[in-house]
Amino acid sequence: MHELLTGTRGEKRFLLGNEAIIRAALESGVRFVAAYPGTPSSEIIDGFAALGPEIGAEVEYSVNEKVSVETACAAAQCGVRSLCSMKHVGLNVAADAFMTLAYVGVKAGMVIVCADDPSLHSSQNEQDNRYYAKMAGVPMLEPATPQEAKDMVRAGYELSERYGIPVLLRTTTRVNHCRGPVSLGEIPQASLKGSFTKDPMNLVVVPMVGRKLHLKLLEKLSALQEEVERSPFNTVEGTGPWGIVASGVSALYVQDAVDELGIADRVGILKLGMTHPVPERLIGDFLSRMDAVLVVEELEPYLEEAVRVSAQKCGFRGRIAGKEFVPRAFELDTVKVKEALSRFFGVSYEPPEIFAVPEDLPARPPNLCPGCPHRATFFSVREVFGEEAVYPTDIGCYTLGLLPPLRMADFLICMGSSVSTAGGFSRVLDRPVVAFIGDSTFFHSGITGLINAVSHDRKLLLVLLDNGTTAMTGHQPHPGVWLSRDGKQPPKVELETLVRGCGVQNVAVVNPLQVKKTQQVLQEMKAAMKDRGVSVLISRSPCPLFERRVLGTKQKVVFQVVGDCRPCRDDLARLGCTAFVWTPDDAGEACVRINEVLCGGCSVCAQLCDGIKPKKLTA
Amino acid sequence: MKTSEKAHRNGVRLFFTGVGGQGTLLATRLVGEAALAEGLSAFMSEIHGMAQRGGVVESSVVVGRIHAPIVGEGQADVLVAFEPLEALRALNRCHAHTKAVVSTSPIVPFTVAAGQGTYPNLADVLKTLKEKLAGVVALDAEALAREAGSVRAANMVVMGAVAAMEVLPIGKSTWDACLKKLFPPKLYDLNQKAFDAGYAKGRL
Repeated sequence: MHELLTGTRGEKRFLLGNEAIIRAALESGVRFVAAYPGTPSSEIIDGFAALGPEIGAEVEYSVNEKVSVETACAAAQCGVRSLCSMKHVGLNVAADAFMTLAYVGVKAGMVIVCADDPSLHSSQNEQDNRYYAKMAGVPMLEPATPQEAKDMVRAGYELSERYGIPVLLRTTTRVNHCRGPVSLGEIPQASLKGSFTKDPMNLVVVPMVGRKLHLKLLEKLSALQEEVERSPFNTVEGTGPWGIVASGVSALYVQDAVDELGIADRVGILKLGMTHPVPERLIGDFLSRMDAVLVVEELEPYLEEAVRVSAQKCGFRGRIAGKEFVPRAFELDTVKVKEALSRFFGVSYEPPEIFAVPEDLPARPPNLCPGCPHRATFFSVREVFGEEAVYPTDIGCYTLGLLPPLRMADFLICMGSSVSTAGGFSRVLDRPVVAFIGDSTFFHSGITGLINAVSHDRKLLLVLLDNGTTAMTGHQPHPGVWLSRDGKQPPKVELETLVRGCGVQNVAVVNPLQVKKTQQVLQEMKAAMKDRGVSVLISRSPCPLFERRVLGTKQKVVFQVVGDCRPCRDDLARLGCTAFVWTPDDAGEACVRINEVLCGGCSVCAQLCDGIKPKKLTA
Repeated sequence: MKTSEKAHRNGVRLFFTGVGGQGTLLATRLVGEAALAEGLSAFMSEIHGMAQRGGVVESSVVVGRIHAPIVGEGQADVLVAFEPLEALRALNRCHAHTKAVVSTSPIVPFTVAAGQGTYPNLADVLKTLKEKLAGVVALDAEALAREAGSVRAANMVVMGAVAAMEVLPIGKSTWDACLKKLFPPKLYDLNQKAFDAGYAKGRL
């Protein structure tokens, strides 16, 4: 039995925030889970995928976040409790569904987990999704710890069902990826079987229905206003003339900072866990007992604005501050909060001496793994198209092609932007445009961009990097996967057929680990690009990590330099495999050696250099 | 809580740094589980995602009456470094009373192999750490792990040394019980042996 399905009421476990969310959903009888993976939310869907079959739950790796909200809300409409999880930018993709789902509502509870990523640990931006709750008009809960995440998911289902509205659980990386003690409850029986009552005048949002539902939503929000004013997740700790308002992990930094500054006897902390609707009366009441109030929150001044509104309504005349003292970019920590508190309240604080890190330390950035087929693709494309071409890229491991020596990334804004922006570039530039997109990202949001480019007759080459998995987020499946634990299998949706179905005439498939052949096909495609039209090259080779892990495929060879590598030195330098070690030879010239522990055995370097030969690995 | 008395009153903050694949997160989790088993409060923070592609992996545990799970600049009471260059890179997390355990086996980043920068001299790295910090246990965790049966247990050698420094109010028997809980039976003996080898080296 999966670990998260075991354990009895009251038992304490050391759980990851994401595991606590799973456990809470199980304790709430959730039977329908849908998500597209994205850091820091991925463990939620992966955990459910592992345990779903044991409890008869439907766990869907959706094609994208919008689809996940749509499938899950249908289940909730039929009385089956459902959950969606996504990273913060995923809610942008799902926003269309999310906004109007707030109108239509749900019958059974539905919680949408959106994981913000302050400091952009693994994201393209650090948008503050709390504004989504405000824009859509749905209740929002903001946990600070794994235990709170669990309590709030459970409360979220009750709330969602009572008001017939989806609930947003807004987490941050430091909640999703924090491990802490969590107290378990019982897991009840539940069923995936739903029932549906036709009710088009409430469920089909034509304008007439939408108008009615908007008024209904506003009614729900007034009722929720009363709910939030007495929510157990909004608490006041301590008394004194100095007030601090905080939510989520920021409240933890505040607690430690107040403690360490020794000002606990002068400070009252309003810790907010339910932050939409904003508890205006509670805040007003808190303000009335304070001389000055500092709002401590990560990213945008969401609460600060709310506190200023409450102050205006209740006639508070004291000092209020937030972003003048608390950084607006990147995540906070106790040190930053101590600094802000000491400045605002005028408390003496001597920051500790910080040891300087030597500046000349060699960097250790993440990079494409040795043996990664993306490196081979990038190398060949650069050999054929050179520096002249513009290379819009997309989101996945292959974004790391940005780094030298490959430098195969010129533009990126979001999932799917490679092919759509390539269309725009190609129309206004007199340069070749070659876009890169991964298989999973193509399904997620590349297809529409490709159709757009085809229908507008854009002159571009799209290279579809098909490694058979969603590699970056931890090898989740997608509709085009052709590798499973049972071995190779025909994909549910075949990329080549799909691409042709989008209207692309010029389609080729290569194995990028066959360097000569790949470059030959690329030359042909380059020649064809003189005419208008979209070409697609499917560059297909499995992610070696995935292949080893899932299929148990053992690596058979490593490569070693046995001859003179000097004639091919420039080629090897442009390939830039991370298993290469450049060492000076007797004459002091840089030569390649291969770190055999790291070598992935892809053979690409051996195809460039006669001095490199395979060596059989003995089991 | 010797270290924490000098730094602050409430508990101990440990900062872990290493390279993807070294078992940093499992080592971090061991501290959390052991603290919990001793009836202490513990929170741990980890970073997943981009760090796994050969990059730096950082994590932290706070034990005692500390609420926030991450370690800011100058806040680490204990530095646990699975790689010497990364120990040096984490110097800004430390303070004058920080105690450190450093594994001395270098993992040279590909940037060095590609000629972008030089890997610092190991003796200089350790000298700098010893000058700044209150105590440094430097040990060849890989060699000790190999003796115990597998290089893969190097993370537990390091954790044995952390346990022996007694900066955490956690007894040896609790550590051992948590090792037993954390590892499947066929890996337990090896890891316990590795942990004990580190424990013997960790007395400051």
